[in-house]
Amino acid sequence: MKPRLDWIGAGLFAALLAVAPLFLNAYQVDVLNSIGLYALLALGLNLILGEAGLFNMGHAAFYAMGAYTAAILNTRYQIPILWTLPLSGLVAGAFALAVARPVVHLRGDYLLIVTIGVGEIVRIALVNDVFGITGGANGIFGINRPRVFGYIIRRPEDFFYLIWGCVALTIFLFLRLKRSRFGRALNYLREDATAAEGSGINTDYYKLAVFGLGAAWAGMAGTLFAAKMTIISPESFSFWESVVLFMIVILGGAGSIPGVLLAAFLVVGLPELFREFAGARMLVFGLVMMVMMVVRPQGLWPARGHQGFSLAALARAVGP
Amino acid sequence: MSAADGAIAPTESALLTLREVTKSFGGLTAVNGVSFAVGEGAVVGLIGPNGAGKTTVFNLITGNYQPNHGDIHFTGQRLNGLRTHRIIMLGIARTFQNIRLFQQLTVLENALAGCHYRMSGGILAGMLWLPTQRRVEKAAVERAVQELEFVGLGQQTLTVAKNLSYGDQRRLEIARALATQPRLLILDEPAGGMNEQETEALIGLIEQIRARGITILLIEHDMRLVMRACEKLVVLEHGGKIAEGSPEQVRSDPRVIEAYLGTEDEV
Ligand SMILES: Nc1ncnc2c1ncn2[C@@H]1O[C@H](COP(=O)(O)OP(=O)(O)O)[C@@H](O)[C@H]1O
Ligand SMILES: [Mg+2]
Repeated sequence: MKPRLDWIGAGLFAALLAVAPLFLNAYQVDVLNSIGLYALLALGLNLILGEAGLFNMGHAAFYAMGAYTAAILNTRYQIPILWTLPLSGLVAGAFALAVARPVVHLRGDYLLIVTIGVGEIVRIALVNDVFGITGGANGIFGINRPRVFGYIIRRPEDFFYLIWGCVALTIFLFLRLKRSRFGRALNYLREDATAAEGSGINTDYYKLAVFGLGAAWAGMAGTLFAAKMTIISPESFSFWESVVLFMIVILGGAGSIPGVLLAAFLVVGLPELFREFAGARMLVFGLVMMVMMVVRPQGLWPARGHQGFSLAALARAVGP
Repeated sequence: MSAADGAIAPTESALLTLREVTKSFGGLTAVNGVSFAVGEGAVVGLIGPNGAGKTTVFNLITGNYQPNHGDIHFTGQRLNGLRTHRIIMLGIARTFQNIRLFQQLTVLENALAGCHYRMSGGILAGMLWLPTQRRVEKAAVERAVQELEFVGLGQQTLTVAKNLSYGDQRRLEIARALATQPRLLILDEPAGGMNEQETEALIGLIEQIRARGITILLIEHDMRLVMRACEKLVVLEHGGKIAEGSPEQVRSDPRVIEAYLGTEDEV
């Protein structure tokens, strides 16, 4: 597609989305809000998995760190929920650096297993109320509604503009990051870490930095989630959430921002359209992944120049 | 000169010095007590039969492997224990025997990898696309394009690397290495897979690189290239150095003829 057409398409999509709440009921807007949150999370994961090629199937752990940081600060110390955004990001990012440091050297398949483990450890720690501040299996409730310039954000339409505003800002920032020195370094890592290191690039640094950045984004998305729900509990951050996010990135086309958005709509939106088949969700996702692996391993909307990553790379990494 | 003459003492003028370097993989000693020096401005060839340990020597120089014994010095600094990117930053650049490009990225992006460590700008500068970052990126692109033009890929900056011909891929690897602005360039079988014209052009390119004041250490099987481009050869066999000297000395060394060349008329 020509760049000009790209921008026209993006503009139309944004305009359509911006007026959507005028035509949709509260439930439908709420689905769009969910899609927005997943898009936000998946855009962060896309940096780690899509741009840098590091297998992370524990992204929900960083989401949880952010959500709980926000919830604890808000309910215990009465800090306005949106003010906790930077701190939630920092906590999630710092946690990611701490857990990633010893394991980023691992080959793809091992890294995948370790991140699954980290995700589960965090969830179980939350359930067991390790520091006595997470509320155990019940979680934390009574989180305040966010307030923007004195206006309390409460209705789904309000959250819609807050969440999708964050998505728009994220896309704006990440598009720039992608074509900058930092963004290229991530691609060098994914393509060939030995050649990157042999070109003078500190590959360990970039592996850690991207884990930290992606996790910080998940942490901030966690704040929005806590604000939207006003109650959070460990079950919102299960292994399944990490799998869904992983799938969004791979299905859309690793490293592709429009691909990630499209996949967020499909993976989160479609099950809502077919609620009567909710029990078959796993089965359908499994089938879709299998079919994609065979007919379109580069993803639905692959990034430019990408033909061999995503599902194909995953197959290589976890294969025999 | 033969191995019996002993190790060459690290000389003040040498850019790169290996002293008694040994590397074993399990029971296999891939490099065994190898010493040699590369003088500033020279073109030195590292030759020997397959499996002699040549690529391992390169991997030791660039820190991909750590020697079990011995030291490697570059401009007086000890390289042992340094990570690869640190060694590159000191002024050594390399290419790989099995071409290692960023296959899905463009020719320009590949060359920009070499510019990376001399650039500034992290996450924030990138996200906000600050004016400073814009300037840095522009200067880097100019440098990268210069190197691409130098190796003859100036017209293909936006081609995806994997779509290049084999010879062009080798040239792109050289451009990426040159973009790091090295003092020493090490090339692992740069003519591998090239046809006669491409090899001829490569010899010219090596001359031009040398004319820029860059020292070259290369591994090569193509004896015509080695004899024409190099002023000094180091010969390895079974991990040990068996000869060192000018191409004329080496080609008439009985140990080399016996051990490596076998049939002298191939030379
Ligand atoms: N990473 C490694 N692990 C085990 N053996 C290796 C490794 N790298 C090289 N070797 C062995 O070391 C010897 C020298 O290899 P190499 O340096 O590649 O030779 P050359 O480049 O001269 O053809 C070979 O026997 C090779 O199998
Ligand atoms: Mg070799």
